[in-house]
Amino acid sequence: MTAADPLASAGQDRWAEATQLRLTWWRFRRHRLAVISLVIIALFYLIAAFADFLSINDPHATDARRSFIPPQAIHFFDENGFNPHVYGLRGVRDRQTFQLVYTPDPNRKLPVQLFTRGYTYNLLGLIETDIHLIGVTGAQRGEGIFLLGTDQLGRDLFSRMIVATRVSLFIGLAGVTLSLVLGVLLGGISGLYGGWVDTVIQRVIEVLRSIPTIPLWMGLAAALPNSWSTLQVYFAITIIISLIGWTDLARVVRGRFLALREEDFVVAAELAGASQGRIIFRHMLPSFMSHVIAAVSLALPAMIVSETALSFLGLGLRPPAVSWGILLQDAQNIQVLSGAPWLLSAAVPVILVILAFNFLGDGLRDAADPYG
Amino acid sequence: MPPMHDALRSPPMRCLLLKDAFRHAPDRTGGAGRDTNAHAYLMLSYLLQRLGLALVTCLFISALTFLIIRLPPGDFVDAYIANLTASGSSVSHEQAEAMRREYGLDQPVLVQYARWMGRVLQGDFGVSMVWRRPVTEVIGDRLWLTMVVSLAALFLTWAIALPIGIYSAVRQYSIGDYIFTTLGFIGLAIPNFLLALILMYLGFRYLGLNVGGLFSPDYVQAPWSWARVWDLIKHLPLPAAVLALAGTAQLIRIMRANLLDELRRPYVVTARAKGLSEMRAILKYPVRAALNPFASSVAYLFPYLVSGSIVVSLVLGLPTVGPLLLQALVAQDMFLAGAIVLLLGVMTVIGTLISDILLIWIDPRIRLEGRA
Amino acid sequence: MRLTLMADQIALAVRDLAVHFEMEQGVVRALEGVSFDLRAGRTLGIVGESGCGKSVTARSILRILDRPGRVVGGSIVLDPGSSGSTDVLALDSNAERMRAIRGGRIGLIFQEPMTALSVHYTVGNQIIEAVRQHSDLSKQAARDRAIELLREVGIPRPELRVDAYPFQLSGGLRQRVGIAMALAGDPDILIADEPTTALDVTTQAQVLDLLRRLQAEKGIALMLITHDMGVIAEMCDDVAVMYLGRIVEYAPVETLFAAPRHPYTRALLRAVPTILAKPRQRLATIGGAVPHPGARPVGCPFHPRCSEVIEGRCTAAVPPPIPPGQAGASCFLEVPG
Repeated sequence: MTAADPLASAGQDRWAEATQLRLTWWRFRRHRLAVISLVIIALFYLIAAFADFLSINDPHATDARRSFIPPQAIHFFDENGFNPHVYGLRGVRDRQTFQLVYTPDPNRKLPVQLFTRGYTYNLLGLIETDIHLIGVTGAQRGEGIFLLGTDQLGRDLFSRMIVATRVSLFIGLAGVTLSLVLGVLLGGISGLYGGWVDTVIQRVIEVLRSIPTIPLWMGLAAALPNSWSTLQVYFAITIIISLIGWTDLARVVRGRFLALREEDFVVAAELAGASQGRIIFRHMLPSFMSHVIAAVSLALPAMIVSETALSFLGLGLRPPAVSWGILLQDAQNIQVLSGAPWLLSAAVPVILVILAFNFLGDGLRDAADPYG
Repeated sequence: MPPMHDALRSPPMRCLLLKDAFRHAPDRTGGAGRDTNAHAYLMLSYLLQRLGLALVTCLFISALTFLIIRLPPGDFVDAYIANLTASGSSVSHEQAEAMRREYGLDQPVLVQYARWMGRVLQGDFGVSMVWRRPVTEVIGDRLWLTMVVSLAALFLTWAIALPIGIYSAVRQYSIGDYIFTTLGFIGLAIPNFLLALILMYLGFRYLGLNVGGLFSPDYVQAPWSWARVWDLIKHLPLPAAVLALAGTAQLIRIMRANLLDELRRPYVVTARAKGLSEMRAILKYPVRAALNPFASSVAYLFPYLVSGSIVVSLVLGLPTVGPLLLQALVAQDMFLAGAIVLLLGVMTVIGTLISDILLIWIDPRIRLEGRA
Repeated sequence: MRLTLMADQIALAVRDLAVHFEMEQGVVRALEGVSFDLRAGRTLGIVGESGCGKSVTARSILRILDRPGRVVGGSIVLDPGSSGSTDVLALDSNAERMRAIRGGRIGLIFQEPMTALSVHYTVGNQIIEAVRQHSDLSKQAARDRAIELLREVGIPRPELRVDAYPFQLSGGLRQRVGIAMALAGDPDILIADEPTTALDVTTQAQVLDLLRRLQAEKGIALMLITHDMGVIAEMCDDVAVMYLGRIVEYAPVETLFAAPRHPYTRALLRAVPTILAKPRQRLATIGGAVPHPGARPVGCPFHPRCSEVIEGRCTAAVPPPIPPGQAGASCFLEVPG
């Protein structure tokens, strides 16, 4: 290792001139798990954005004949070589109940194709279309691809889960945005002005934090009028979960404000006669942006879990809205669950997304102190 | 910005090294012979401050509780009438008004709140309108069982997190550290009600038994006896573990991070330089220092556990206030729901207060100087 | 007593000590062939800029170097030449014998008296622990010994202060407590790592007086690490000047100040503010900054900042080290060629 290495010294200059966010990014890239998590999260949001395009069957279409169909695999080959297909359904009369039960029929092959026509939707809210990524041709009524099986009402779980992704992820995003506004505003005021303002805000935060939140949420959510539309409930739930979530963000912002206020470069800027606004936006804000981003990515999974829990209890979003929590609500009954364990599959995206957000937030938090 | 910096605006002071001027804490000369009365006074004022905050919190919770109860349009009588109508019988307008008078629903909101609070303070939580029995009777043991489950989870959290946190910090980057860190992340990512659901399913599917509940069937209705307490203790570990998982994962991370911080401090070098064994030096000094934030974590962990117990109880069928609260909210049984939210909130605040007082005894800086 | 008999004896001999820090980015050579002796009753000053390896030397001697630091070569011998001579580096760092040396033979005094003491225990608790670690005294006897130690280092009303927490004491008192703790195991070698840096000037003088008095009373071999030339002039018998993990000059203190031989020493001495300077005269500084230890210059490590660099020689090879126990400078100006 030698100093005469021109590359090394060029590297040092690059290091010295980089902005705080750039430094954070460089450090972040070294956390492999965090980068993978970022990719996973991006994929999830892509799925959410193109949910209708990716879903195979109409997530709301019920059909009593295909109640509780187990997950179906796509068979890629048959005796004729490559020929992706799923099996059709065949009605069998149950020997005891004499009811017609529909089960997959290996003798009926439904070819799987790309870009097939299905139910009509608005792509990205702009273009009306009925093209879906995959689908079957030649299906009779009630037949289709059920990758994750169907629920009691015969709705396709895979399509429902994809559509639920959109609801669950965006409710988290909306909630965290609201929390962020509240948190940055109140935390900033608290840290900046200090004195009695700080005391009052800190006490309010302490009060909010010492309350068990779920009973309160349940109470507030239960108080939403039955007459409200799905959209109104959606917004109300978002507000409810962000009402308490802001305290953590406020604490982070305040903490950074207090720490930075004593930093040499802030004191120096102040001595040089910089205005308060300039100090905040030019000197302080850039150096705690990364902390805020990290705090946000840790707050997001909490929001998603909150919505899932509320909907799971039947107090959150109401059908026909579909979220992961609503899907899991069907899995509450242990008898139903033992007969149709695939209903539990909605737990997978929940756990995956929370895990990814936690790794991402952790990596960001580590990277937020680029000189540390 | 604090005015203290103004003194520095004069030119000769500017050349003072900013670092040295601000970094060093003001010297607290005076030695050990401090007045014991002053200590007692500081401690008392700290205690009174915490107590006052706890009271404000309780008041806030009660107001919020009442707000929740009052929020839905229509009142219990409407819900009750709707219920009766659905089951075939009808209620006259006069009968409805009489019911409203009976429950004081015709009074202004503030009067209703004051009357409710007045009765609550006397231990009278009113009559559950669905159960037609006093609320306290309906709640019965459930409140205590909620606390028992939450406390068991709290102790489990500590008992697991403390040794693992110490191990992970002292053996940073060892295989064990990686395993615990990964497990911790997964623990954080699985919402406790999902974990409960998965365990229920696995228990039902592979063991063929119901892993839920807090009592064996023989003891569900039995009066309290030592045998019943023992039965309760035998049933506690599963729900406590389910509840404790996420908190444990979080506390391990807190303990690990704090201890890693403390391990770098000069006093650790001092302890080693004295000739103490590595084990003793670490356990006596840095672990002791890292214990403070760990102990104060009760303050937020306890409300969180109580919250979690509500949802987990619903899944595992625990006889806590959780299922009762959900029923009450759905039926708009306002006195019952209100009493549960209020009691849970107040008990959580008391738990937090106790942990605050314990913290005073742990930290000599708070004990002797009245500052955290 | 052993100590008085051994006056001027070599208490500790450090030879060719090399320490590496194995980091993600590569190996940082923190110490490269450091050699010196500590003698009973004498003070060796170690001077140099931040990051030159002063503290690493101290920690290596006590075997309390933190990861990723690792001693990769050399020897640290206690009582060399005697029948009981011990190479500290041959011992397991957590072994009973090493722990008896740590605190029992070699005491350590710290730079930051606030952070070097734990705020969670009383001063007495922390001193008593050190006393009992190196003796079989009962709790009460150890407490009496702690009070005696506090009195010895000049703390007024020690019987009260023994129950004080560190944060209740002033910086000067805390540093005295630190010294008392270092003395608790009755060591004959003391390593003081910048003992006065965090103190104000008057307290500095008091603490230095105390160290000198204790050394005279007990015949202690003192290793004083500092970056303050004033402290060196006042306290030391011999001086080792360190730069980037090497000793670049070793000399008796008078010689060093009267006739510094290494350009770095001369530059350091020029940078000391003097009361004789004319008003508004600029302080001399050493050009450039200490290079990152991972980016050690080729040739003499000081050559990029040296005003007397010999092109072709200083830029090509490392000057030979100073033979242990002799005065000299590790510089090509010293080596005719």
